[in-house]
Amino acid sequence: MNTLEERKALIEATAQRMGKEIHTESPAKATEPRTALQHESPKLVSLEEAIRRTGLRDGMTISFHHHFRGGDKVINMVVAKLAEMGFKDLHLASSSLIDVHEPLIEHIKNGVITRISTSGLRGELAKAISSGIMQEPVVFRSHGTRGAAIANGDIHIDVAFIGASSADPMGNSCGYSRSENAKSICGSLGYALPDAQHADKVVILTDDLVPYPNHPASISENLVDYVVEVESVGDSSKIASGAIRDTKNPRDILLAQQAARVIINSGYFRDGFSIQTGSGGASLAAVKFIREEMLHQGIKASFALGGITAHMVKMHEEGLIGRLVDVQSFDKVAAESLKNDPMHQEVSANEYASADEAGSATHLLDIVILSALEVDVNFNVNVLVGSDGVIRGAIGGHPDTAADSALSIIVCPLLRGRIPCVVDEVTTLITPGSSVDVVVTEYGIAVNPRRPELAERLEAAGLKVVDIHALAQRARRVIGNPAPLPFGDKVVGVVLDRQGRVQDVIKSIG
Amino acid sequence: MKEASAGTLESGDILVRIAPAEKPGLDVHLESSVAYQFGEQIKQVITETLNGLGINDAVVDATDKGALDCTIRARVTAAAVRATGKDVWAD
Repeated sequence: MNTLEERKALIEATAQRMGKEIHTESPAKATEPRTALQHESPKLVSLEEAIRRTGLRDGMTISFHHHFRGGDKVINMVVAKLAEMGFKDLHLASSSLIDVHEPLIEHIKNGVITRISTSGLRGELAKAISSGIMQEPVVFRSHGTRGAAIANGDIHIDVAFIGASSADPMGNSCGYSRSENAKSICGSLGYALPDAQHADKVVILTDDLVPYPNHPASISENLVDYVVEVESVGDSSKIASGAIRDTKNPRDILLAQQAARVIINSGYFRDGFSIQTGSGGASLAAVKFIREEMLHQGIKASFALGGITAHMVKMHEEGLIGRLVDVQSFDKVAAESLKNDPMHQEVSANEYASADEAGSATHLLDIVILSALEVDVNFNVNVLVGSDGVIRGAIGGHPDTAADSALSIIVCPLLRGRIPCVVDEVTTLITPGSSVDVVVTEYGIAVNPRRPELAERLEAAGLKVVDIHALAQRARRVIGNPAPLPFGDKVVGVVLDRQGRVQDVIKSIG
Repeated sequence: MKEASAGTLESGDILVRIAPAEKPGLDVHLESSVAYQFGEQIKQVITETLNGLGINDAVVDATDKGALDCTIRARVTAAAVRATGKDVWAD
C-alpha cells in the first residue's frame, strides 16, 4: 500500500531534509461572491496615508512623470501634501518639469525640495533656478539616460508617485481609461515605467478608479504598493492641441521641405526604414512631404518612434508605417490610438533610448528629425538653455536619438527674431556634434564633415549644401555682435551625458 | 511734435512711441526680450535714426520683441514721421 497516511513519516523526513515546514489543512475557504472584491483592496488609501505607509523620510528621493505636460496636477498636489506633512530636504526626480510646476519655487525656498533631477525646466521655475535659488545644482539627464540611471542605481527612487488615467484597487494602471467615467488621458506612461519597476515603493494616483481587472494594463499590480483616488491627475487638453494643425508659417514650410528632401536623398529612405520626428511645426510639416514621397515611391516604414503624433497615427492607419513605438503620446489622437491599436505599442524610457540596452529602439532608428535652440559650428546642439542664459527647455530624447540613429537632422531657422540659432559656440552643450549629421536652415544645409558621403548625395540631388561657418557668419552679419551675458559664478545646473558623466554645467544668471 | 507710435508687439517687431521732450536731448527707454545681448545696440540704432531725421529732443518708449536693426529703423522712422508730420519719404 502507498497511502497518504503511510507516507506521513516519509513526508516528515523529507521536510526535515529540505528544511521546510509540513503542510497543514487550511481553514475553510471564503465563499462570498468575489464581485465585491473587485472594488476594494488594502492598497486603496488616502494620499496622506499612502505617504505615511511608504515610510518616506526627510532626505529621500521621490519621482514623477510629465506625461500630462502642461496639464499635470500630480506633482503640485503631492509636493503640497508633503510640505503640509512637514517633510524636508527631499530629492525630486521627475522625468521633466514645466511651466505648470511654478509652485515648486515656494517648496524650494521652504526647504521641502533641496535637490532636483529632470530632463528640463521651463517658465518661472526655470527662471528662479537660473537665478540661483537652489544650493544644489539641478541634474539634467536625457530621457534614455534617466531610464538607465534608475535601472543602474545612479538614481535610487524611494517613492514613485505615478499619475494614471485609470487604475483598479490592486494597482493595474494605464495612461487611458476604458470606463465611461474616464476623466483624463495621456496615452503612454513610458517615462514612468522605470520608476514603477525600480522604486522601493510605488503609489498610483488615479482619477478613474475602475473595478479589477483593469487589463490590459501599462503598470502591473505587482509593482504597486498603494492606490490613491484623486479628483484629477491632469488636464488632457494641455498635453498638446488635440487636432492636427498644419503650420502656415512659410519659413517652417520651407524648412520642412528641405528636411524632407534631405531624408529622401540621404540613402536611408528605403523600404522598411524607421523614423522619429518632433512635434514642432517644421517637423510635422516634413512628415507630410515624406508621406507624399512614400506614396509616390511605394515605400513603407517599419516603425515610427518617440513622441507619437496624430500625423504618425494617420500614416500608420493608412498602412505607411507598420508599428508605432510610443514612449510619450504628443496629442490626444496618439493617446487614443495607443489605447485602441495593438500595433501602437507603449515602451519604457529604457526600451526607448537607454544607452545601456542594446535593444532600445533608438539603436534601431534610421532617421530622426530634431529641433534646436542653438547649433554651433562644431555641430554641437543646445536645447536646454536660452541664448539669454536662462534655462528654458528640455533635453528630452535629443542626445539619445542623435547618437543612436543612422541619420540625425537638426531643423532650425538661422534666426529667431534677433536670436541667432547658428552660433560659434552653444550656450550649453547638450548633444555633442559628433552625433549630429545634418543641419537644415532656410539659408542652406550644413553637413557634418564626418559624413562626406551624405554631403555628396545631397549635392548630387541638387540641394544647397553650405559650410556651417558661413551660416554662423551670415547670422552675425544680420544681428550684430551680442554683448556677453552677465553669468554669475554659481553652478545651477549639471548636464550628464548618456553614460552618466558630467558633460557641462550651467551658471547662474540675472 | 505730438505723441505718435509705430510697430507692434509681435515677435520680431518693435513698438516705438515718440513724445515731445520736456528737456533737451533724446531720452530713450527700452524694454527688450533680448536686452542682455542687444540693449545698447538697439538704443544706438534708435538714437542714430532719430538724429539722422534731425530729431534731437524727444522721449522714446520702445518695447522690442527681438526686431532686427532694419525693422527698428523702419519703425522709428514711421513713428517720427507721424510725430512730426514731416514725410521723410516724400521727394
